[in-house]
Amino acid sequence: MLVYFLRRLTLTVPTFIALMFVTFAAIRLVPGDPVEVRVGEHGISPERLVYFRHQLGLDLPVWQQFLDYCWRLLHGDFGVSLSTQQKVLTEFLTLFPATIELSLCAMLFAIAIGVPAGAVAAVKRGSLFDQGLMTVSLFGYSMPIFWWGLLLIMFVSVKLELLPVAGRIDLINYYFDQPTGFMLIDSLLSGQSGAFLDAVRHLILPAIVLGTVPLGVIARMTRSSMLEVLSEDYVRTARAKGLSPFRVIGVHALRNALLPVVTVIGLSVSSLLAGAVLTETIFSWPGVGHWLIESISRRDYPALQGGVMLVSTVVIGVNLVVDLIYGAINPRIRHGR
Amino acid sequence: MKSLVFASLGLAALLAGAPAASAKTLVYCSEGSPENFTPAINTTGTSFDAAIPVYDQLTEFRRGSTEVVPGLAESWDIADGGKTITFHLRKGVKFGSYKDFTPTRDFNADDVLFSINRQWKDDSPYHNVSGGKYDYFSDMDMPTLLDSVAKTDDYTVVVKLKEPNVAILANFAMEFMSIGSAEYADFLLKKGTPEQFDQAPVGTGAFAFVAYQKDSVIRYKKNPDYFGEKALVDDLVFAITPDATARYAKLKAGECHVNGYPRPADIAEMEKDASLKVIHAPGLNIAYWAFNNTRPPFDKKEVRQALSMAIDRDAIIKDVYLGAGVKAKTLIPPTMWSQDDKIADTPYDPEKAKAMLAAAGVKTPLDIDLWYQPVQRPYNPNGKRIGEMMQADLAKIGVNAKLVTFEWGEYRKRLQNAEDDTGQMGWTGDNGDPDNFFFLLGCPDGKPAGNNIPKWCNAEFDSLLAKARTLPDQAERAKLYARMQEIEHDDEPELLIAHSIVYEATRANVVGYKQSPIGTHAFNGVDVK
Repeated sequence: MLVYFLRRLTLTVPTFIALMFVTFAAIRLVPGDPVEVRVGEHGISPERLVYFRHQLGLDLPVWQQFLDYCWRLLHGDFGVSLSTQQKVLTEFLTLFPATIELSLCAMLFAIAIGVPAGAVAAVKRGSLFDQGLMTVSLFGYSMPIFWWGLLLIMFVSVKLELLPVAGRIDLINYYFDQPTGFMLIDSLLSGQSGAFLDAVRHLILPAIVLGTVPLGVIARMTRSSMLEVLSEDYVRTARAKGLSPFRVIGVHALRNALLPVVTVIGLSVSSLLAGAVLTETIFSWPGVGHWLIESISRRDYPALQGGVMLVSTVVIGVNLVVDLIYGAINPRIRHGR
Repeated sequence: MKSLVFASLGLAALLAGAPAASAKTLVYCSEGSPENFTPAINTTGTSFDAAIPVYDQLTEFRRGSTEVVPGLAESWDIADGGKTITFHLRKGVKFGSYKDFTPTRDFNADDVLFSINRQWKDDSPYHNVSGGKYDYFSDMDMPTLLDSVAKTDDYTVVVKLKEPNVAILANFAMEFMSIGSAEYADFLLKKGTPEQFDQAPVGTGAFAFVAYQKDSVIRYKKNPDYFGEKALVDDLVFAITPDATARYAKLKAGECHVNGYPRPADIAEMEKDASLKVIHAPGLNIAYWAFNNTRPPFDKKEVRQALSMAIDRDAIIKDVYLGAGVKAKTLIPPTMWSQDDKIADTPYDPEKAKAMLAAAGVKTPLDIDLWYQPVQRPYNPNGKRIGEMMQADLAKIGVNAKLVTFEWGEYRKRLQNAEDDTGQMGWTGDNGDPDNFFFLLGCPDGKPAGNNIPKWCNAEFDSLLAKARTLPDQAERAKLYARMQEIEHDDEPELLIAHSIVYEATRANVVGYKQSPIGTHAFNGVDVK
């Protein structure tokens, strides 16, 4: 297991190197200079342009900028945001709990609905429920997040007035410190009556929107995996032994069927973070997704490079953990067979 | 069944409304996060809006207008033909406090000197704090204009200029000239955290800063000691809501009271909603199509007039501005003092345009480049679409316009260097003074890299521009500006396209809110009924 872990860990090194290069190069391929993009119709004098480009190190040859960037990165220095003059790592750590909270809840929603629904669809293969679920999951998988989010806001929040439109908490009625950055925890710690429920109410719509795509994937994956498992000999044997249908399906079949679903859940982390960019924008959710979008429009090189590196590190880390879990529960993987 | 009942009860409890608030709170749905809270080091309206509740300036714009009125300076004298301005400062003005800082003294001349010197003098200990970019100070030519700034006593500041310029009084009302606390600056410097000055502002404004959570919320509380128009609510909250549709939904749902940037497409629906109020006014801006006056055939007045007559601006306003624009007759918008409404509009007359081109000796088909703006600007919603419509109009008079564009920074730079035949450009006013528009056609800015995009230089226009800067009397200045508008209209160095209309929306129960022609958002004197 240790060898497998080390092998997987070593494989992340070239990924990181490639990532450093791609994040550095990609932002520089976008037209627009970080100094000039700030300037409106006034323009900027050539002297001031030269001065500020020098201050930002943009007058150095590109290869030297890249080496400086790698050197600083290796020392854990993600730089300082050009627009806010705050450390990129500090900004990331301030915003990331909101993204984690949203992503976890979205994933929880996707698993809580997707796994049982997929299992029932497999058991009742060909039924109306099965066909309906497959259609809905396909619809969920292909639905544009932006459209889905706005639709829910307009219907649930504006028309039915059931849930708040956007944000993480009712700003008029609740104000408290946020030591952890996780609104659910901070609202509980605040001791303010109703704050926790209000935070939950704010989470429902964004979690549904962000969780819809993984929900479709998980439901379909659970169904197909269950179908495969249900036709296995050991399931037939369990049935022949007279076990209750619940034990056969819930314990023997579903547990085995969940193996590929675990992988899908791990892989969904990257798509969740990608989806968070849009979801956070629609729901004014103060997470890293929206922050990265802003960094692009401001040509904030350090924030964008550092932010992408940090988000990618999280994705790589989660994938590594998923691989390890999978290796632990499926020996064929770790032995390379 | 029992669990279903419990689940339903739980859901109902979850979806139940929040408790009622005791203090009166006004929520502004802002469109983005501020870069910081010191206007001197940033350039965006979003950041200015976040600083406005906290700060004041020596002079100020009357709320909802561009009229310059006393601020922290209760009066001023102009001497030496406009070269010396003596500001008499208001006494007894209190600074707000912030967590670990409680001011021990009132506002005085040291705060003025600190705020100006931070931007102006390299040896100010704060000059390089937070990046040290003072774009507006530089853009408004303050280093060129200022000769000296000194205090003669604690409540008198004398500003000497290198050349007469009464329009500078409007510069002193701009956000970049906000006055911060020198005592707070010293305190932070000793503490070793000078950057906090720009992240947790302390000022004399109608509200005091409380807290900021990035991309989420900014909180302010009422400053009961404020010297000017007081805050009528206890708390002011900026709910940062970047998506325009979400801002509209929040306004509709009552989660915010003011939406400063509604989408033009939502305006019609908003106007039908009895729970909302929509207000609008022409923005302090201008979109124009500049002819490169240094290149033939655009150096001929008749050619410029003919090309101008070929463009159907009504169609552009209807189709591209979606009605949220007014046809421009002069460089300055109709809301600005000195705008001359008697100026005749350039007619849309393709037949006459064709004849004028022929009379000017221009052979058709004529090939020209038409540069269009690559990015949306406050005065130009879609440069490409406008360019295509202009191209179609020009084709009708035998002019083949090739559409050209570049990345925004490059585009602006090349236009300023007169590398174009013709090009779209525009301007958003900084301080509500006509000089801030008319300088765009002054000869000094006609040099390479200057903001006079048509590179047009008219001696009479230029001398009137300079003379107006020496006259303290507004009525006298207005006469000169009226003549300048005539000269500009007659010579047509550029086709003035439109001033965009700026919309804002509030809940119907919001009273006292005034739209600022400058595009900022202020909330003192605003109440929620």
